[in-house]
Amino acid sequence: MVKKKKSGLGKIKGFSIQFLPYSEIKDLDSDERIKKILKIALGNNILILQGKLRPEEETRLIEDTMAMIDHVKDFLGIELAVIAGGNEEGIMDKMKRNIIGMLSGGDLGAITIIGPATVVKEIKRNPKKIELLLNK
Amino acid sequence: MVLNKFKGMFSKVFSFGKKKDISLGFYGPPNAGKTSLANRICKDFTGEEMGSVSKVPHETRNVQFKEKVEIKFKGKTMVFKMIDTPGISTKIDYEEFLKFKVKKKEAKNRAKEATQGVIESIKWLDDMDVVVIVLDSTENPYNQVNITIIGNLVARKIPVLIVANKIDLKKSDIKKIEAAFPEYPVVGISAKQGQNLEKFYEEVFKVAKKV
Repeated sequence: MVKKKKSGLGKIKGFSIQFLPYSEIKDLDSDERIKKILKIALGNNILILQGKLRPEEETRLIEDTMAMIDHVKDFLGIELAVIAGGNEEGIMDKMKRNIIGMLSGGDLGAITIIGPATVVKEIKRNPKKIELLLNK
Repeated sequence: MVLNKFKGMFSKVFSFGKKKDISLGFYGPPNAGKTSLANRICKDFTGEEMGSVSKVPHETRNVQFKEKVEIKFKGKTMVFKMIDTPGISTKIDYEEFLKFKVKKKEAKNRAKEATQGVIESIKWLDDMDVVVIVLDSTENPYNQVNITIIGNLVARKIPVLIVANKIDLKKSDIKKIEAAFPEYPVVGISAKQGQNLEKFYEEVFKVAKKV
């Protein structure tokens, strides 16, 4: 799974894919979560996070990303996608998922993919599949 | 914090009985036609446009607003404060602007202003009463930015209307947008050609009544 790793940004010489279980961010506050996620992206890593951020955390992530573009050389931003069930499920399934989410503190059925724009050109998605297009 | 709460209570008490204009925000990804739509509405009801439009993404890099826009529809009038926002995106690369023959220095400056514009757009979310999400109906609607904006509006209990713009183009697919956001009203329009705006005003009035 892991390709050649490089330090710093700029032309891609390699990248790694990191999986982060929800337990790793569960007890962090929003500031710490965003900081952790951006640190991973700034290291040219594609992050696969179990669960998803809250809507206000997602916008905060976008805001902080924009601020970073201004301050970190060669950082162009991120590609972000959240895959979550729920579109076609019934009321009972939705309720079950909400209860599990409340107990665990997050939507564990969801997966969030975050990659630096220098590595990930586009995350193409439709209801049935997701494609990660990487930069050459 | 306490001071802010006090200020809020104070303004609520003293604005009692005064009819506040409805803040109508235009949100969406870059180049979806937010300013074109805002211009079309302003031109129809005030005779003036709101901002400049361009094929180059991130043409709107500051939040622009127009107060007291009286929209009349089927004998009814509603007064809006129209707020046109810079397109929200998760990445900005000045090299994208070079493709549109923008000079390098200007492109870098545009990128810098665009990042500030995105931050400004997000900050303004709290000030909206109703939001029109403008999407390009020729593009894939399953874009995380769209979902993130809508998620934030739902969390803030702000009514949403989705506009599928550019229906005059061959590649336009409103059904795809309706399928992506089944819980929200979707109206197909062409801001550029002025197509289906009556339906748009009807939906705006419906959504604004929820405020």
